[in-house]
Amino acid sequence: MNRMKIMVVCGFGLGSSMVLRMTLDDVMKEENIDKEVETFCVDSYTATGQDFDLVFTSNELLYLFDNIKQPKIVIENFLSKDEIREKGLDLIKKFLDENK
Amino acid sequence: MLSDYLNEEMIRLKVKAEDWEDAVRQGGSLLIDAGFCEDRYVDAMVEAVKTMGPYMVMAPGLALAHARPEDGVLGLGMSVITLETPVEFGSEKNDPVSLIISFGGVDHESHIGMLQALARFLMVEENQEFLRNATSIPEVLDSFKDY
Repeated sequence: MNRMKIMVVCGFGLGSSMVLRMTLDDVMKEENIDKEVETFCVDSYTATGQDFDLVFTSNELLYLFDNIKQPKIVIENFLSKDEIREKGLDLIKKFLDENK
Repeated sequence: MLSDYLNEEMIRLKVKAEDWEDAVRQGGSLLIDAGFCEDRYVDAMVEAVKTMGPYMVMAPGLALAHARPEDGVLGLGMSVITLETPVEFGSEKNDPVSLIISFGGVDHESHIGMLQALARFLMVEENQEFLRNATSIPEVLDSFKDY
């Protein structure tokens, strides 16, 4: 099975997105789906050219994805596992179910 | 451990800052003074906020200031400053900011361990609260030893 590709985007792809990715990875582990997803960080310049199934980013960078069809999730607190669960978990589980 | 990446020279508590740019520059000056980056790296951190918006304010009251390795990083390093009076970055949800972490990485990988330790510490909300109110640098360093 191909793993679900979850992209995390910030300006340079190495600071805040890295922190958000760590929080997201924690949630994936706690939900026991970490083996089924692949998370990666990308900078704002190359983000739209990537192959991904779902994107996490901040409100300021959401405009980059105006024309893409994949689900977009805006996170306000990059350190909050609760916010990631609330906004992203249903979408991730639905994707995994549909692509078994 | 988080304390491996920070010492007394890299922490300033209850700093007075005029605005967000002044705050970012003060955090960055600790990196310059310690030899972790060139002056232009701090200019690049400020420029990043100006051009891409305040996305670096990644949690309520908390900014992670940085730029790219090629903007003048000389060595892996991080600084922590708290502000006496919080400043506005223009972040709709996460202003005002009273805690600024600045860092520079030499590539896209080598700072991951440092950020991981930092995130472990910051994910505990009481730790953020402690840091914001702290007045003793040795106490802060001591709290970093558990992460």
